[in-house]
Amino acid sequence: MIQFLLNEELRTEQHLDPNMTVLNYLRTVVHKTGTKEGCASGDCGACTVVVGELEDGQLRYRTLNSCLTFVSALHGKQLIAVDDLKQGDQLHSVQQALADCHGSQCGFCTPGFVMSLFALQKNSSGYDKEETLEALAGNLCRCTGYRPIMDAAVQVCDNRVPDQFDAAEAQTITRLKSIAPGSVAELSDGNKRCVIPLTIGELAEAYSATPDAHLLAGGTDLALEVTQFHRELPVMIYVGHVKEMQRIEEFDDRIEIGSAASLTDCYDALAREFPDFGELLHRFASLQIRNQGTLGGNIGNASPIGDSPPLLIALNASIVLRKGDQTRTLPLEDFFLDYKKTDRQPSEFIEKVIVPRAGKYQFRAYKISKRLDDDISAVCAAINLHIDGGIVKDARIAFGGMAAIPKRASACEQVLIGADWNEAAIESACAALAQDFTPLTDFRASKEYRMSTAQNLLRKYFLELQSPTTETRVTAYV
Amino acid sequence: MSNHYVETRTQAELEALFRQDLKTGVGRPIKHESGDKHTTGEAIYIDDRLEFPNQLHVYARMSDRAHARIISIDTSPCYAFDGVAIAITSKDVPGELDIGPVVAGDPLLADGLVEYYGQPVIAVAADSLETARKAAMAAIIEYEDLEPILDVEEALEKEFYVLDPHQHKRGDAEAALAKAPNRIQGKLHIGGQEHFYLETQISSVMPTEDGGMLVFTSSQNPTEVQKLVASVLGVPMHKIVIDMRRMGGGFGGKETQAAGPACLCAVIARLTGRPTKMRLPRMEDMLVTGKRHPFFARYDIGFDDAGRLHGVKIDLAGNCGYSPDLSGSIVDRAMFHSDNAYYLGDALITGYRCKTHTASNTAYRGFGGPQGMMAIEEIMDHIARTLGKDPLEVRKLNYYGKDERNVTHYYQTVEHNLMQEMTEELEGSCEYARRRAEVIEFNRNSPVLKKGLALTPVKFGISFTATFLNQAGALIHVYTDGSIHLNHGGTEMGQGLNTKVQQVVAEVFQVETDRIQITATNTDKVPNTSPTAASSGADLNGKAAFNAAMTIKQRLVEFAARHFNVTEEDVEFHNGQVRVRDQYMAFEALIELAYFNQVSLSCAGFYRTPKIFYDREKAAGRPFYYYAFGLACCEVLVDTLTGEYKFLRTDILHDVGASLNPAVDIGQVEGAFVQGMGWLTTEELVWNDKGRLMTSGPASYKIPAVADMPIDFRVKLVENRKNPEDTVFHSKAVGEPPFMLGIGAWCAIKDAVASLGDYRIQPQIDAPATPERVLKGAQQIRATLKQTSA
Repeated sequence: MIQFLLNEELRTEQHLDPNMTVLNYLRTVVHKTGTKEGCASGDCGACTVVVGELEDGQLRYRTLNSCLTFVSALHGKQLIAVDDLKQGDQLHSVQQALADCHGSQCGFCTPGFVMSLFALQKNSSGYDKEETLEALAGNLCRCTGYRPIMDAAVQVCDNRVPDQFDAAEAQTITRLKSIAPGSVAELSDGNKRCVIPLTIGELAEAYSATPDAHLLAGGTDLALEVTQFHRELPVMIYVGHVKEMQRIEEFDDRIEIGSAASLTDCYDALAREFPDFGELLHRFASLQIRNQGTLGGNIGNASPIGDSPPLLIALNASIVLRKGDQTRTLPLEDFFLDYKKTDRQPSEFIEKVIVPRAGKYQFRAYKISKRLDDDISAVCAAINLHIDGGIVKDARIAFGGMAAIPKRASACEQVLIGADWNEAAIESACAALAQDFTPLTDFRASKEYRMSTAQNLLRKYFLELQSPTTETRVTAYV
Repeated sequence: MSNHYVETRTQAELEALFRQDLKTGVGRPIKHESGDKHTTGEAIYIDDRLEFPNQLHVYARMSDRAHARIISIDTSPCYAFDGVAIAITSKDVPGELDIGPVVAGDPLLADGLVEYYGQPVIAVAADSLETARKAAMAAIIEYEDLEPILDVEEALEKEFYVLDPHQHKRGDAEAALAKAPNRIQGKLHIGGQEHFYLETQISSVMPTEDGGMLVFTSSQNPTEVQKLVASVLGVPMHKIVIDMRRMGGGFGGKETQAAGPACLCAVIARLTGRPTKMRLPRMEDMLVTGKRHPFFARYDIGFDDAGRLHGVKIDLAGNCGYSPDLSGSIVDRAMFHSDNAYYLGDALITGYRCKTHTASNTAYRGFGGPQGMMAIEEIMDHIARTLGKDPLEVRKLNYYGKDERNVTHYYQTVEHNLMQEMTEELEGSCEYARRRAEVIEFNRNSPVLKKGLALTPVKFGISFTATFLNQAGALIHVYTDGSIHLNHGGTEMGQGLNTKVQQVVAEVFQVETDRIQITATNTDKVPNTSPTAASSGADLNGKAAFNAAMTIKQRLVEFAARHFNVTEEDVEFHNGQVRVRDQYMAFEALIELAYFNQVSLSCAGFYRTPKIFYDREKAAGRPFYYYAFGLACCEVLVDTLTGEYKFLRTDILHDVGASLNPAVDIGQVEGAFVQGMGWLTTEELVWNDKGRLMTSGPASYKIPAVADMPIDFRVKLVENRKNPEDTVFHSKAVGEPPFMLGIGAWCAIKDAVASLGDYRIQPQIDAPATPERVLKGAQQIRATLKQTSA
């Protein structure tokens, strides 16, 4: 049984297909049709809803793509959909601003924008352009060209007026506390079920009992199995309530990130230590996806084009894997064996990711894609060198999009290690890349482009270190 | 009557109101009539309609071959799934199978032959979409593969056409080229574009009595859906009613492509007697439906040392996909716009309608015009690089003149040409000269990042080139309480058409728009409508509604004059009040009085565009009632190591005549620009060697997101320039023309890359200019420089 608040209404669901998305739940079970399906793949944002949850006793509102979220993920939370904002005849201030600014034309994407702006308003302390662009990067509008929506965002953030959610905040907190999960829960329908453990021990136990289960974290990749590939997931274990796996701890020499921590939650710690990791996370999918998606999931699904693994490999990160009560630590680069194949054993799961601090290394990361925001990389490069006295002491260079797995450029590294830090060394390193990789041509890019860009990114890294005042990134302009 | 209108205000109060202006009349920037409902989620789209208990959902199984003979189809496995009502093939269609809009070529379901990957072969209806899909995938379809043609150049070479080539010809282009001081050739591939309306194709059909159907469709062309539904069922059109309240975006993609789902639903509803809905999931939508035509253009041009064209030969080869659809008119429009704003000199323009085994390409905002313009804008840049001139200088030099050099290659005189004065204005307001110098300076000092600047014009012809389509109807009822019901033949897809037409009627009656209820476009209210396309929505339907409103108003004036024994000039409507000589009364008071005196308060209006004619045999005439003008100046920053870019600033000056609604018009201009920019930058359609579209969802097909909007985006409408033609309140059409302002973005990228070769080498950057193509252009210039220095 799961329990959640649908706006202010307590919903208790016992028998519901755990493969049902929040979008379908809203549209077909409770007949709230304000939320739209634009793509069912988390790329357009028309289905954006807001989920409220307690964080240190405070109510925190975040957006997510309802098309990629299974209902089980609502357990113990508050779901707010676009239909919940208007009170009587009174539009919510976000709706009013968007309508007044001519922010809708065909209107189909509008509910999604309303919800993104609603969450932005809740989390904003005044209009900030970058923050707004980030909040809206996962919402596509085909009609307006976005300018009026940005105008609405200014109003929304600068003229915030208390709303019904503010008025009900104390009550909502009390109610969420009263439905906070206290024991393992399960949502099932016929032969399909989703188990919701609360501790890492319960998770390990459940996973040992059902090695074929799919671990559900953010679900932003897993849900595509259902919505795009039309497969059924008979058993899922939802890890979103396992607190130990959401922890982010900073030590003198390392940062430890629970594998179920959302990418949004990882941002601060990683961006502080590695500014380029922060820049990449800004462009990693969309805010809706980052609010749900986890670092562990981005590693675990072993995609050759996942953006965090190349960075983590270059940073010499390792992962802690757990099976039952046994754990082992593995350098991340050894985790990926072949296309979508990893060293993970049955019933084993990633517990946390350990990232050494920067130390003397100079880390840069580059994401190359057709569209700057919310696009999958054609090439993702992470370059992490230790240069001392004009000599390259150590080199860790990893690429995504260049091979079947996120992979280090070993030949390239070998050329650099011990070399004088100069243009000739970089040119040799570029040449060596051809030994490291035989990239493929697909709809994102040709093999030639992937290779020339990878080489050019080495050159760019050199230039950025040699001449820090030279502008090298178009993304610096906002 | 108990609810008889009772005036509670004094004459002085009424007079005071009379002297004020309407707040929502023509020219006011009022918000979209559905704006509030869009934001609350209360605006109903077809998929939001409550379903019936016996509702069927349809899934069409698509061909997974680009070109193959169908050997056999076995649908019996489909029935193994609980909830399946019916599985149909082409043989089950009771009436006409072909749903080609102009000429045949589009079978509703493949009939013995599949001609593209994604073509619907069978359709299954079940109690849920998921069941219908599973069942459809269980059918056994045997194919015998045939060789597909997937490449437009190959089709051109093999003369594999869906329709015959056509030419526009003036003078002797060959001789002009031979004599010209300079002569260059070039070619360009121009990519297609997925519409990516946020609401995918959908229709919901209810069988009615007498063998009829009530069809809800998300279509720009209700009458055509009505005609085709009647045709596939084999019944007269009067059995079919189409209801179309709003689309979640259209952009041309729902001009012909919406008919398929409606017809499939209708056939299944006929065969089962059950209400039937078909909504295409996004991937299916992108695989099944046609897109903007990719074009291949090649040119041979002659020009003098100043850069002025003496003659051109331009071949425009449209990749039409597997069937004609609207390709005849689309390639024609590309040819009509191969001049854009320029006098071509002696010209030979040839349009080819190439057939490939891909989805049948279709209408998309601009309707071929953008592709035609791309060729001539590439030519302008090429001339500039060849001569080492600023491209803007070359463009201005080639502009149509006011009194001379003002006849197009299809012999229409370019009248009321605003291009020169608008260029002067924008050049000044965007500080082109200063910024050109700054860009050059920046590039000199920046090794990796390069800035590009381009100011490009748009001249777009307004009218359907199929002249008969330039007609429209409207229906207005004024009820006894003074409230007004408005219906017209146009369709609302977000462009604000209903809002504008409402304002037109408000202006005529001098009442606020909240008194006017606009209702779903419906074929039993206004019949025989043209598609809402060619930017014509407001021009045609606004005028038809204007005519209907004027007829009723004239009846009211005549009645009031008679009734109060005054002259017609004594009767005046203003701001919800009516003055009868020196007495004032509320609009609704007059309406009630007119009703009691047996005045008809309902009227159908009709409009046809005057002046236009075109002789396609001679390729001469006046296909366009008028031209709309626009200019964009784009500045971009390009990374010459990766090909990535960011648009820093865009200034737009656009001509909408006397705007019916500046807020709506600016919305159209901005949205069109960004969509045009997307077409030429990140939106890349990629097919594999089997003819399957690989970019079949938003994860792989990238339309502009919020941060792709230029950082500094300044849009202005031309002021105080009414349309000299007698259009509705002297406004101009706005849907398509600003789309082509996006060409400025592409030219700016090319300008940035050209800086690598000191602006003397034309980079070959096909569209869309993805980072990959931009880098390739940069590499090409670097290689050329290396060669020449070696």
